[in-house]
Amino acid sequence: MRNSFADALHEAAVEDDRVVLLSGDIGNRLFDRTKAVAANRVINVGIAEQNMMGVAAGMALSGYRPVVYTITPFTTYRCFEQIRVDVCYHEAPVVIVGTGSGLSYASLGPTHHSMEDIALLRTLPGMTVFCPACPLEVGAGLRAALAHDGPVYIRLGKKGEPNLHDAVPQITLGKAITMQDGSDVCLIATGPVVGLAMDAAKMLAKAGISARVENFHTVKPLDVARLDEITARYRAVVVIEEHGRIGGLFGAIAEWMAPREGARPVLAGVGAEDKFLHKVGSQEFARSYFGISTEAIVDQVRRALHT
Amino acid sequence: MSQFRSDAAPPRLTAIAAELRGRIVEYSGKTKTPHLASCLSCVDILAAYYFDILRVAPDRAADPGRDRFILSKGHAAPALFQVLAMAGFFPAEELWHSDHNNGGLFGEHPPTPGDLPGIEAATGSLGHGLPMAVGMALAGRLGGAGYRIDVLLGDGECNEGTIWEAAMLAAGQRLSQLTVVVDFNKWQATDRSCEVMALAPLVEKWRAFQWEAVEVDGHDIGALLKVLKAPRSDKPLAVIAHTVKGKGVSFMEDDNNWHYRTPTPAEVEAAKRELGLIS
Repeated sequence: MRNSFADALHEAAVEDDRVVLLSGDIGNRLFDRTKAVAANRVINVGIAEQNMMGVAAGMALSGYRPVVYTITPFTTYRCFEQIRVDVCYHEAPVVIVGTGSGLSYASLGPTHHSMEDIALLRTLPGMTVFCPACPLEVGAGLRAALAHDGPVYIRLGKKGEPNLHDAVPQITLGKAITMQDGSDVCLIATGPVVGLAMDAAKMLAKAGISARVENFHTVKPLDVARLDEITARYRAVVVIEEHGRIGGLFGAIAEWMAPREGARPVLAGVGAEDKFLHKVGSQEFARSYFGISTEAIVDQVRRALHT
Repeated sequence: MSQFRSDAAPPRLTAIAAELRGRIVEYSGKTKTPHLASCLSCVDILAAYYFDILRVAPDRAADPGRDRFILSKGHAAPALFQVLAMAGFFPAEELWHSDHNNGGLFGEHPPTPGDLPGIEAATGSLGHGLPMAVGMALAGRLGGAGYRIDVLLGDGECNEGTIWEAAMLAAGQRLSQLTVVVDFNKWQATDRSCEVMALAPLVEKWRAFQWEAVEVDGHDIGALLKVLKAPRSDKPLAVIAHTVKGKGVSFMEDDNNWHYRTPTPAEVEAAKRELGLIS
């Protein structure tokens, strides 16, 4: 996904000379092509993320469109107050890009995991939270973010994510994408684990359970029109994210659903328990450790449907 | 450049440093663990600390009176792991047979102290080790203990604001048992460290923050020992150690590709030959 991002950033920087990339001493070689044509708009601001975010706000307020890029915990947790005040409170149109989100960097240990970022960022007034599910969604998402007149957080994976569409999809921030239809249960996922949801749907189909898969790439604002339709149609909804169970997409949907009147589906979530992983491993190992797997999705579906 | 003309380094420590380098290079090749060059630049510093200066030992990992060393540049953990194994904190086989894909303990950054005795802080995010060390130094002073607190920083790590917050407080609090060594290998992840930000003049910055600050050749173990064991004033001490990223292996030295690259078997063998570990 980071390569797709670099490609998309390059195109954007070439098309629009207000676009500036601020990187936190990362992205070795990734942005060389852009540096070659726009050296003064590709700035390594060093390993200093709180400053980086303030710098981005200042540039945005001066008419530029800064894109901030580093590994997710450092571009979110490290400088959260700057995002809150310098960016969101000022309504500064900064695009915040976290690379290696979720458990993508499981080999580097918990300092490099991000399992709380969706929760954190969506608490901020005026923030848009966008989690592309595959490389094809990154470019379209970045373009949408730059066309949006407000701050946007883009939560990237790292590399090797399979493409989940046949062609570049239309990305409208706040509008979910139906990946496949189904009649018994609705799986709602965000980020690369949309792929897990689709795999789970195949497993469920073999067991005679028809699952719809919804790609909620935008966690904030939630596609409430889609949620209205889903809650009316399904008696069970399972939400999947490579994130903790507290406050992510599951939390957002639960908050939306709780005060509603009328019949509502059973709502279940697949996400990480409230604990740190004290070991290193592959992303697959880490997902499995936290119970973020096709098996877990199938299990939640069965429980929700009482089958 | 070094203010300290060293006595010749004890041959024992020079040999340990070479052996450590060989193990670090081999491990990186076997496990595909990156940040090799960042590990190699601080080997002499680690050897001086763990095999001479620090009052630490496997059987006193929980002793409140022990010296504390924090690897604030946590991505050099593969070097620290080799040091701790050599010093007997855990069997070396555990390190060499750690399962990197499925829940091993030994990755690219230190685990928590609770997970691995000998580790004082689970670093990996830069700029954390020094503030935590300041806390440990304050605790030490409150408790009347006389232990050393030593912190190894990267030069790129000095970009982080928390380093300077901690530095200002440490001097304000006169934490004279606190020592910082900066592994000044002149590179960070993507650029030369003096080109990203106005890092230089570095030793003057620490002096301006009211630390005692000196420069040494970070590969001169004799000089390191002299500096780190010299009598102290009432100020914390910053040792700016001029080092070479990738030091010890000619084809890795000062080549920032080795921030990411891992060596092939042929490169491991060539490295060990250069280090005098095989003929």
